[in-house]
Amino acid sequence: MASDGATLTMDLPVAATPAQGGRVRRDDAPPPSRGHGQLGDLIFENLTRLFAMLVLGMLAAILIALGIAAWPALREFGPGFFFTNVWNPVKSQFGGLAPIYGTLVTSAIALLIGVPVSFGIAIFLTEMCPVALKRPLGTAVELLAAVPSIIYGMWGLFVFAPWFGDHVQPLLTSTIGRLPVIGAIFQGPPSGIGLATAGIILSVMVIPFIASVMRDVFEVVPTVLKESAYGLGATTWEVVWNVVLPYTKVGVIGGIMLGLGRALGETMAVTFVIGNAYKISAALFEPGNSIASALANEFNEAADPVHRASLISLGLVLFVLTTIVLALSRMLIARLARGEGART
Amino acid sequence: MQTQTHTPTHAAAPMPPPMTAAQTAAEPKMSIRGLDFYYGQFHGLKNVSLDIAERRVTAFIGPSGCGKSTLLRTLNRMYSLYPGQRATGEILFHGRNILDPGVDLNMLRAKVGMVFQKPTPFPMSIYDNIAFGVRLYERLSARAMDERVEWALSKAALWDEVKDKLKQSGMALSGGQQQRLCIARAVAVQPDVLLLDEPTSALDPISTAKIEELITELKRDYTIAIVTHNMQQAARVSDFTAYMYLGELIEFGATDALFFKPQRRETEDYITGRFG
Repeated sequence: MASDGATLTMDLPVAATPAQGGRVRRDDAPPPSRGHGQLGDLIFENLTRLFAMLVLGMLAAILIALGIAAWPALREFGPGFFFTNVWNPVKSQFGGLAPIYGTLVTSAIALLIGVPVSFGIAIFLTEMCPVALKRPLGTAVELLAAVPSIIYGMWGLFVFAPWFGDHVQPLLTSTIGRLPVIGAIFQGPPSGIGLATAGIILSVMVIPFIASVMRDVFEVVPTVLKESAYGLGATTWEVVWNVVLPYTKVGVIGGIMLGLGRALGETMAVTFVIGNAYKISAALFEPGNSIASALANEFNEAADPVHRASLISLGLVLFVLTTIVLALSRMLIARLARGEGART
Repeated sequence: MQTQTHTPTHAAAPMPPPMTAAQTAAEPKMSIRGLDFYYGQFHGLKNVSLDIAERRVTAFIGPSGCGKSTLLRTLNRMYSLYPGQRATGEILFHGRNILDPGVDLNMLRAKVGMVFQKPTPFPMSIYDNIAFGVRLYERLSARAMDERVEWALSKAALWDEVKDKLKQSGMALSGGQQQRLCIARAVAVQPDVLLLDEPTSALDPISTAKIEELITELKRDYTIAIVTHNMQQAARVSDFTAYMYLGELIEFGATDALFFKPQRRETEDYITGRFG
């Protein structure tokens, strides 16, 4: 025993000494400390359970509170509230389709641009980046995530929107805009404000989140697994696409969902550039509205109880949307796991 | 299967007299001449010259850090993935120096397959694990691909164990099966040379015996270079053995000769266990 202790202490002079001492004491006199430990464990176990339950409880409380507050509007307009596009505070007529549409469209644009760019950033940082550039670039990506959303909003309104309206929108309308079918998307007044601008600003905002999650999960892919693929003659792209991505799919989807969550709920930046008009149009250069910016803009002035309840109904929709997104991502992950072949 | 005969263009190269395997009638498949390797400033391999004989097993043995894995990783230029690692000298393969900057690394690696210390199944089905490498270079019909997969798995003595669960994940197999899957995967692309980097060090004795048996089978068709920590393994499976120490090739020759009558004192010390 003593010699064991001595050799161990020699091997790990700092860390092992207290641990070893503790173990020895415990071996010598276990009974008195057991009762105490059991009680402590019991308290600890229940405390952690309480904390975990608190999350569920809060979720339920929010849902119930939203439901109750939204009820007047839902009773008034029925399920039609979610499928009609009217927003008339004067006549007290409300239907939330336009902000729901705007939220979905801007988030879709954000992911459409953000995911490939983030993927590129993450691949570059993990697979190709010279060591000297790795840290500064990685930090820059993380800093982008720390920029407050109001800054993005102001930058979007004062810098990006005028440039976008003056240069990009007319160009797109006069080129891709002339194509059949998809041309309809690239229409609208070249004011720089609208669904497209909101989506693009959102994409800039979600990129740091998605990219840093992707980078982190790509970094844990075992080197030898990548070398195995390179060893078969695969190119970097083939290795990334066929090995790295499948290996990290759960993390990658998690990162995308994190970005989508931010895009769906983003308020300030979107409010600045979306135009705040209750319109539904396939043309992305038209102004629109999103749930979060409708709430931010109108909640203070919503004296009419039905108006207020309608806004809260929109909040409920946002809540449900986020839940659906989460559920879908779970299903997607499960399906991908099946595609790779079941594990015994 | 072997499509090209080796042309010994290097014969006239003004190099130090190499320790060759020529005494044994086996043609060299790869000829290493004056190979130096650097990890940044560290000189990892020092003027190594040897031949890898065609359809024979060549083993690299030596204590940890002697450069045997490094040597193996120059043969498919795996080191080129990492900045700061470089090699000088010559490794002739099909009459070409694969260390030349213009070499198509993907083609080279398709011809020089590699199996690693730990099994590395890809996160996909058993079938796709095998088909992955094939799809990179060949367009096969579904039927031809099925045949190729069966052929490769049979080559790796794994077919009977997995034929009913080809759609299952390769990661669900046991360690020994995974390693044979990796060998099948390497064989499936029909390379000329197989590099095995301590292929059994993570496996139990039974799986190890299976893999060793497999190596003996595979050398009928393939040229094999194997790095091993296990001297008995080198003695059992290899035809030629290279003993390395501190980045230098100390002795190279027929395995029987090297183990029973080593020429160098250092080799004898190592294989008799007095050192290492």
